[in-house]
Amino acid sequence: MESISKELKVSALENGTVLDHIPAENVYKALDILNLKGIENQITIGINLNSKLYGKKGIIKIADRFFEDDELNKLALIAPHATVNIIRNFQVVEKKQLTMPDRIEGIASCMNPKCITNHQPVKTKFSVVNENGKISLVCHYCEKQSEIIFK
Amino acid sequence: MMKKSLISIQDFSKEEILHVLEVAKEFEKNRSRNILEGKVIACIFFEPSTRTRLSFETAVNRLGAKVIGFSDASNTSVSKGETLKDTIKMVSNYVDMIIMRHPLEGSSRYASEVSSVPVVNAGDGANQHPSQTLLDMYSIMQTQGKLDGLTINMVGDLKYGRTTHSLLQAMSHFDTEFIFTAPDELKMPVEYKDFLKEKGIRYTETDSLEEHLNDCDILYMTRVQQERFTDPMEYEKVKNVYRLDASMLKNVRPGMKILHPLPRVNEIDQDVDDTPYAYYFKQAENGLYVRMAIISCLLGYR
Ligand SMILES: [Zn+2]
Repeated sequence: MESISKELKVSALENGTVLDHIPAENVYKALDILNLKGIENQITIGINLNSKLYGKKGIIKIADRFFEDDELNKLALIAPHATVNIIRNFQVVEKKQLTMPDRIEGIASCMNPKCITNHQPVKTKFSVVNENGKISLVCHYCEKQSEIIFK
Repeated sequence: MMKKSLISIQDFSKEEILHVLEVAKEFEKNRSRNILEGKVIACIFFEPSTRTRLSFETAVNRLGAKVIGFSDASNTSVSKGETLKDTIKMVSNYVDMIIMRHPLEGSSRYASEVSSVPVVNAGDGANQHPSQTLLDMYSIMQTQGKLDGLTINMVGDLKYGRTTHSLLQAMSHFDTEFIFTAPDELKMPVEYKDFLKEKGIRYTETDSLEEHLNDCDILYMTRVQQERFTDPMEYEKVKNVYRLDASMLKNVRPGMKILHPLPRVNEIDQDVDDTPYAYYFKQAENGLYVRMAIISCLLGYR
């Protein structure tokens, strides 16, 4: 009985955001993309949880933090099927899916070794290309198309 | 007309391209115009390219403006580690326009974002060289009298050759048919062929120079550039793959013209120079008029 109540204490969220259905291997990248490293909020992370749909999944619960859609949509690059649950007073008050952004700034690197962004302190910018579900990036500077490489 | 930078040929609409080509015609008729008297233009070349720099500097001088700049970054503050941003910020405070060449790809786009004056890309690594594309189009227009309804046969290094990629993009505004003549190792990349398919433009591919020599209006020859290859063996295999000589031109279309961005190595034999089909030296001269047009249009003087 004692162990069950402990588990509840960890997983139940009073207020905050739950990101579900993140591919297990991309959970740490998701923390990076959302800039969650070093913040004070309580964060619960689950990795390799069993999922009927995706095999192994990851989940991230962030207490007392709500995100703009623009911030969350960046996650679509690594977790296109993730779901977002907004929790208020222990209740799911909103559920949303991610939409793939048209453009991203700063979070990825250009794979072209001759690109200016790999030699000078230039913030990267890419347009996102979705060809039948295969996602790639076109560099705003060198105009090369490549797969996604995170910084 | 337009106060903006020219970084990639895709920055210009069809109308803007046609406008620049019309203005270039004016300058070909009268190549000394002092319309930019009192202006100062920077030609900053972070890697040497004598041909391009002389053409741009002559254009600036013939427009009556003055040139400042450098032709090689090794003796400048850049070699002491100054960032491109700082160099551009400083130079753009002095001048009315920056013409730049840089070995890193995307450097000109970045410069145009930190500069307070228009930037003209005179080559950013293997990426873009839009004044070359415009002078190619001008040469096509002047020799054929039109840009629509032509067949362009691109020959040589279609994989790494940025001039062919940019020309393909620019000519896609017009009713063009393409022939791509290249060995397997240097074929036109899939992304450009997909681009043409999306636009409904027809193209044919071959590895034989003879096959479509007689059914094109423009034969666009390119050099196989050693510096684009990472594998020296691959370069050795393809460096002499095509050699055009005068005897091969017996049955070509009467108005057919041969273009080449120069310098050539041995893909065009000297005996072609005296045929009525050779146009590459005049093409290089056209670069002057087109660059005069680019500069005056971007500064709003035409
Ligand atoms: Zn890049």
